Amino acid sequence: MELFSHLATGFGVALTPINLLYALIGVLLGTLIGVLPGIGPVATIAMLLPTTYALQPVSALIMLAGIYYGAQYGGSTTAILVNMPGESSSVVTCLDGYQMARKGQAGTALATAALGSFFAGTCATVLVAAVSLPLSALALKFGPAEYFSLMVLGLIGAVVLAHGSLLKAIAMIVVGLLLGIVGTDVNSGVARFDFGIPELSDGIGVVVVAMGLFGFAEIILNLESTEQRELITTRFKGLWITREQFKLAAPAVLRGTALGSVLGVLPGGGAMLASFASYSVEKKIAKDPSQFGKGAIQGVAGPESANNAGAQTSFIPLLTLGIPENAVMAMMVGAMTIHNIQPGPQVMTSNPGLFWGLIASMWIGNLMLVVLNLPLIGIWIKLLAVPYRLLYPAILLFCAIGVYTVNNTSFDVMQTAFFGLIGVLFAKLECEPAPLLLGFVLGPMMEENLRRALLLSRGDPTVFATRPISAGLLAAAILLVLVIALPNIRRQREEAFQEA
Amino acid sequence: MIRITNPKDFWAGALFVAIGVGTIILGSRYTLGSAARMGPGYFPRILGILLIVLGAVLALRGTRTSGPPLPRFHWRPLVVVLGSVVLFGAIVNWMGVALSTVILIVAASAASREFRPREALIAGVLLATLAVGVFVIGLQLQLPIWPGQR
Repeated sequence: MELFSHLATGFGVALTPINLLYALIGVLLGTLIGVLPGIGPVATIAMLLPTTYALQPVSALIMLAGIYYGAQYGGSTTAILVNMPGESSSVVTCLDGYQMARKGQAGTALATAALGSFFAGTCATVLVAAVSLPLSALALKFGPAEYFSLMVLGLIGAVVLAHGSLLKAIAMIVVGLLLGIVGTDVNSGVARFDFGIPELSDGIGVVVVAMGLFGFAEIILNLESTEQRELITTRFKGLWITREQFKLAAPAVLRGTALGSVLGVLPGGGAMLASFASYSVEKKIAKDPSQFGKGAIQGVAGPESANNAGAQTSFIPLLTLGIPENAVMAMMVGAMTIHNIQPGPQVMTSNPGLFWGLIASMWIGNLMLVVLNLPLIGIWIKLLAVPYRLLYPAILLFCAIGVYTVNNTSFDVMQTAFFGLIGVLFAKLECEPAPLLLGFVLGPMMEENLRRALLLSRGDPTVFATRPISAGLLAAAILLVLVIALPNIRRQREEAFQEA
Repeated sequence: MIRITNPKDFWAGALFVAIGVGTIILGSRYTLGSAARMGPGYFPRILGILLIVLGAVLALRGTRTSGPPLPRFHWRPLVVVLGSVVLFGAIVNWMGVALSTVILIVAASAASREFRPREALIAGVLLATLAVGVFVIGLQLQLPIWPGQR
């Protein structure tokens, strides 16, 4: 079968010592930042992007991808042991995982989370490989009109499934699109919105935007809150899972994997949505829902499998269509662009080693995480004891060095500080930064496809509605907005987010 | 007289309108072109108009719905964190990584309520060693270690 030969190519690439090393570095760093609150995968990838210049593109992407799914493992560790979600995707794991830990079943909860995640990761990796071939083939048939409509659907979908005000999120996308077109226009050579600053004629860097909005702003907001972190050390009693627990957990893992895989592919999906959805499903179908919140093993097994599956399958739209569906994938687009790879369906054929190597590395990375994570838990817990007043200056330092070394200019550092300020302002106004980053990454592509589509149609805007695939995609986008705007559905959506 | 009953929505809307207006004013210098042959000003113009519409609706909603007041701005973390980073960016090339790191760490630590100068200084020295080791020696980034090396 073609798929297996492709996977063989992939493992051939991923199993070279250098790529194994970078996968290991990626998952370890991912676990680390997953454990530490106050720094997420987006800021970390932004921080590390500049250091990957010298690497082979495939090694760079393997490491950066490892950070994302490694963070899922790390986040669940702290959720279970100290009732503190290291990542947003492990918020729900706190509910039952920590209760299990209080009952002295911390080891069981951790093992369930790790094994469930690994199972989900394995399934999702196979799914990514299997779906990529037909989807890329389909995407290669897309013209500019279809691409434009696909991006509209992707962006709308991304905000509909996220929480918060829809109107604000769409406006944030538009602001992102605008930031994305700063710099020299490829068609006319005009430097747009450069305010006469020569550095801006090359555009604004993705590292600058992401680090400002996600790194600096987050630190500043954390420093505002007076909340003290408390470290509760739980005792550890082996990693055993009893037969009864297994019987409860195994189906939850299967359901979580399936749910997470599907939600991961949807725009706006990914790890967080998957874990929230899985928790409510498990609670709904459980024989004894009253156990939830008191240490139900399904409440750990389901969401933990789902978030890992979702983290993995969210690579599908990126790898096959070139469209990022969440902020982390937007950073991956940035990473690919820095290495001169235009994300899209052609990557698979023009760069098979990179494409399949990255997919194979995800499975290897997951395996590393299962093997390494449990023995290393002691170290992660010690790290949690480091107070925030020592942690954040160190994070700032790595951010500052990272940003500075992109172009070796202090102008980039100032720009990042500016975006940090903007990020704080937006946070005060309850405007989420993720849609902005998505719009920012897609801005130039969207303009280019709009231009080409209208050039081909001689300026007739109906081309988006008369070409069937494009019309379907746009209709889906409009439908999504209408559905979410209906009052009772909006209420349900808010409830779903609140419940979790 | 309009009453702002939902300040977060109102001011977010106002901000988006302002950005939209700014875009259209700044973008008026660029050729619009036609739909078939878009000039550099075409796409920004669309986005600007879209942003004004979205912002206006949001601002209007800010006078119709009710919501919590704007949260307070805490100036100390904002100014100290961003200021120390900008300072680092400005001095790193002539002061070198080692000294700039110590300065950044000590300065940034002052943003926290639990600022302890001596502890910050020790952390600064340790992190400076780490930064030089990892970034300059390990990753071979083009940065001077000491002043006057560039």
